[in-house]
Amino acid sequence: MDIPYTVEPRPDTGLYNAKVGIWLFLASEVMLFGALFSSYILLRVGAPEGYWPRGWLNVPVGTINTLVLITSSITTVMAWAACKMHQFGRFKVFHACTLLLAMTFVCIKSYEYHDKFMHYEITLTDGRIADGHIVSNDPKADHVVISGRYVTDRKDLYDLEERKPPHHHEEITIPRSQIEKMERYGPWHNTYLAIYFTLTGLHALHVIGGAIVIGFLWGPGSKMWETDPERFTNRVEISGLFWHFVDLVWIFLFPVLYLI
Amino acid sequence: MTAEAHEDFTHHVRRYLYVFYALLFGTLVTVGASYIPFGHHSVNIAVALVIACGKAFLVAGFFMHLISERKMIYGLLAFTACFFLGLMFLTLSAYGDFPRMTVTH
Repeated sequence: MDIPYTVEPRPDTGLYNAKVGIWLFLASEVMLFGALFSSYILLRVGAPEGYWPRGWLNVPVGTINTLVLITSSITTVMAWAACKMHQFGRFKVFHACTLLLAMTFVCIKSYEYHDKFMHYEITLTDGRIADGHIVSNDPKADHVVISGRYVTDRKDLYDLEERKPPHHHEEITIPRSQIEKMERYGPWHNTYLAIYFTLTGLHALHVIGGAIVIGFLWGPGSKMWETDPERFTNRVEISGLFWHFVDLVWIFLFPVLYLI
Repeated sequence: MTAEAHEDFTHHVRRYLYVFYALLFGTLVTVGASYIPFGHHSVNIAVALVIACGKAFLVAGFFMHLISERKMIYGLLAFTACFFLGLMFLTLSAYGDFPRMTVTH
């Protein structure tokens, strides 16, 4: 039995079924990310004065990732346009670019995550706090080495944009006997990092999911072009709508997490 | 595809490119504006969100073709917008609404 309305529009909606389906799905996605954005707002306005981090993320890296995702959006729409103009070769080229850009985005995001997981806040027994990236943390050694700085007030760790002059990082050796608490900048560290990892992690999963679908359409799924090009073009359009939504979410995530 | 339809599509492709350039420009403006001290930090937040809304309009309107979509999709999105705004309203109304005896630093 054939699935109805995969190509021709359904009389009552004026659309082929998959298009209605993807928009319903995207509507649910708006609510999913909306709930997380509202959590972000509550956490931010509920943070004590001076304790909401600023300048913790690398803006040039985030900007590059934004440009990567925007470029992947244009290659996606160009791939669909190539199908519409019956230029299968161009479709292949554009979607290959989309896949490469998706992988680039995930690689850059992984680099950022790695950077955060290598960052430690170490509370010493004398009350000082050592903050920086780990250089050596051999469990057999009686000390750890970080590249960072000492602060006496935790507040100094939060607003990195306001602090002047720019701090200098130096290699600090800390005996283990002086360490009271040692914690990575993971999602458990504070509410900012919790919502940062939740939002960007969920977004990255969407990027990976979208890339898998686009990869299927570029590879084995592209055989449909020979038997049913119109249906194939609709599939490309549907995957493209999802991809643009992923781009759209990042357009808000970038300023909210990196810039403001 | 007829030559006329092909020409029409080429026109669309050109439009996609203009939108792409606008998005790139918008990204750079967003980053640049974040370094400008507008006096109060809330102004910086408002500027960043306004630019983000403009970019979102370009992506949704042109790349996702919402600018010329069927009524049914508009209806569906209107429902979504209502629920989204309701969610944000709940967020705002929850702000400052603490149970008694809550420690607020």
